Amino acid sequence: MAAEKMALAKAINESLRTALDTDPKVLIMGEDVGKLGGVFRVTDGLQKDFGEDRVIDTPLAESGIVGTAIGLALRGYRPVVEIQFDGFVFPAYDQIVTQLAKMHARALGKIKLPVVIRIPYGGGIGAVEHHSESPEALFAHVAGLKVVSPSNASDAYWMMQQAIQSDDPVIFFEPKRRYWDKGEVTTDAIPGPLHKAVVARAGSDLTLAAYGPMVKVCLEAAAAAQEEGKSIEVLDLRSMSPIDFDSVQASVEKTRRLVVVHEAPVFLGTGAEIAARITERCFYHLEAPVLRVGGYHAPYPPARLEEEYLPGLDRVLDAVDRSLAY
Amino acid sequence: MTVESTAARKPRRSAGTTAAKSGASTTGTKSAASKRTSAAGKKSPGVPGAPGASGPGPELVQLLTPEGERVKDATYDPYVADITPEELRGLYRDMVLTRRFDAEATSLQRQGELGLWASLLGQEAAQIGSGRATREDDYVFPTYREHGVAWCRGVDPTNLLGMFRGVNNGGWDPNSNNFHLYTIVIGSQTLHATGYAMGVAKDGADSAVIAYFGDGASSQGDVAESFTFSAVYNAPVVFFCQNNQWAISEPTEKQTRVPLYQRAQGYGFPGVRVDGNDVIACLAVTKWALERARRGEGPTLVEAYTYRMGAHTTSDDPTKYRADEERESWEAKDPILRLRAYLEASNHADEGFFAELEAESEALGKRVREVVRAMPDPDHFAIFENVYADGHALVDEERAQFAAYQASFADEGEGK
Repeated sequence: MAAEKMALAKAINESLRTALDTDPKVLIMGEDVGKLGGVFRVTDGLQKDFGEDRVIDTPLAESGIVGTAIGLALRGYRPVVEIQFDGFVFPAYDQIVTQLAKMHARALGKIKLPVVIRIPYGGGIGAVEHHSESPEALFAHVAGLKVVSPSNASDAYWMMQQAIQSDDPVIFFEPKRRYWDKGEVTTDAIPGPLHKAVVARAGSDLTLAAYGPMVKVCLEAAAAAQEEGKSIEVLDLRSMSPIDFDSVQASVEKTRRLVVVHEAPVFLGTGAEIAARITERCFYHLEAPVLRVGGYHAPYPPARLEEEYLPGLDRVLDAVDRSLAY
Repeated sequence: MTVESTAARKPRRSAGTTAAKSGASTTGTKSAASKRTSAAGKKSPGVPGAPGASGPGPELVQLLTPEGERVKDATYDPYVADITPEELRGLYRDMVLTRRFDAEATSLQRQGELGLWASLLGQEAAQIGSGRATREDDYVFPTYREHGVAWCRGVDPTNLLGMFRGVNNGGWDPNSNNFHLYTIVIGSQTLHATGYAMGVAKDGADSAVIAYFGDGASSQGDVAESFTFSAVYNAPVVFFCQNNQWAISEPTEKQTRVPLYQRAQGYGFPGVRVDGNDVIACLAVTKWALERARRGEGPTLVEAYTYRMGAHTTSDDPTKYRADEERESWEAKDPILRLRAYLEASNHADEGFFAELEAESEALGKRVREVVRAMPDPDHFAIFENVYADGHALVDEERAQFAAYQASFADEGEGK
């Protein structure tokens, strides 16, 4: 299959289709994933082509979805479950944290839990409460889980392939406001490792590290800064567990400045971890403290306020200026 | 059929098959009865003749009375019709050895060899009866008290002690005996069992799955969700609830206002209440439920009405919340004594059998003691093992840091 331009949601759909096609043990499960094709149509057409046995509409019970997926994985299946929205994952949080994450270790490695949990996450689409959250740090903190988020269509396709093939449970955060962004997807290209960060834009004055929906914002910020004569490097982390600190370190040793950007609250978030680690690793290279741009320590606000809450171009550029001022 | 379960310390002779006492449910103690009156009496479930949640009720399936008399049951007798005297002695042996193992583990905890122990004392019939009903290719999802079921599945009992001694968090290969790891979070495993059973159905296999949980777990959302999923997907799973009357200090009345087996009706599958101290009835009812599952008829809820004679765990103090008389009343229904009475009365076992079993029991206790005391502490690096199947950069990094830290002691000549 040659390169094709497709939306991020369509890339995931194609990826799921490929997985269903190539591995009879792959199952899709979730609320409304069948006839409707998911509320974002990410699973559109899959039940029609693979049947109700492979693409399973479930009862409205998140713990049940994840708990039964664990059982199916124990039986040798590779379930890919959809949680409809970020804020709805919490009924399943117990199953994910106390069961899914730990079972491989508890069985001394004798059993594997190849379960992928897809979660559309983040804000920017004017949704109501519980439909715009970014809970990735809550999962990345738990040993036994892997946590990733693509920022573009190509990564969405390939990272989903890799997540499904992984023998570990993977929490797959999909940037819902980027679902309709189109990008080139080459389905026969050989991808890099799932957890490797990539330089989305090269630069020399400062590194912006981001993942998922914020990569685009950072690329726009870098382009705007370019007009002011600043050379900004944008690093797409792609994975929050593990985090590719080596790539962050390499970039920071070059640019000597780091700003981490994410939608989730800054407090105890992914950015905090990166700031701490990079300070340890690159203390003598840094010209400025690692800065963070992200959400506030407040419930995700009503839609009319989300522009204030979410890091936008100006807040990112403001942090760039603050860093460069040291 | 209906057989009244006798609860008094001096059991009345059961009238056999026709002892139905409409609506009459006996409870273990006066205190339990008065609790039911005060709790259920104000707000009746509204079902005429419906028994309270705390009494066994006339619908209790029983094939062996507390006095060891075999009673007839048209529905469930066929499932044990061909049981041989040797098999009956086998059930007795299983119960005795399981109780001996359990007692040894309790002692080992008291001696500081185990950090905790959850005793199954009193629940031997429920576990051995249901465990022996399973087939080799069936899959079992236990909670953390299913030592008797583990025994039936061929899991070496000393394997069960690793997590209680603190040398691992599970420690056996679930696929070796189709016996999953113990699950500490209440009710979680009922969903795993349901998912596994959905997989069995997808595979077109004719095996079945059985999930164990307690009366307390029946309040958990996961158990409710497992009922929903199993019914919707017609999963070949048997839910085996051991209602041992107490969830730590909370009686069944704090979990439910209707008998637990009746929950199944609301989900669209059958529920049966069986005398959990009657190993033959537990065997028969579980076989029936497993065969339903194999035939593609979906889930069943079995409520084994039994009693936890000991504490919830060795950390618990049941004297703070229940009366001695209650335990004593249940001792009259001891699952082991009643089968012994039946074996003796029917000449299925002689003194030689019991003497041999006693010796075997002592030998088991000795072996368990020795194995536990010889269990080595895990290697320090076990912390980092099997966290991930495919590896993880942070785990690798921290393992290396840990190794360097450990090595620093060697450099300093530690231990000389």
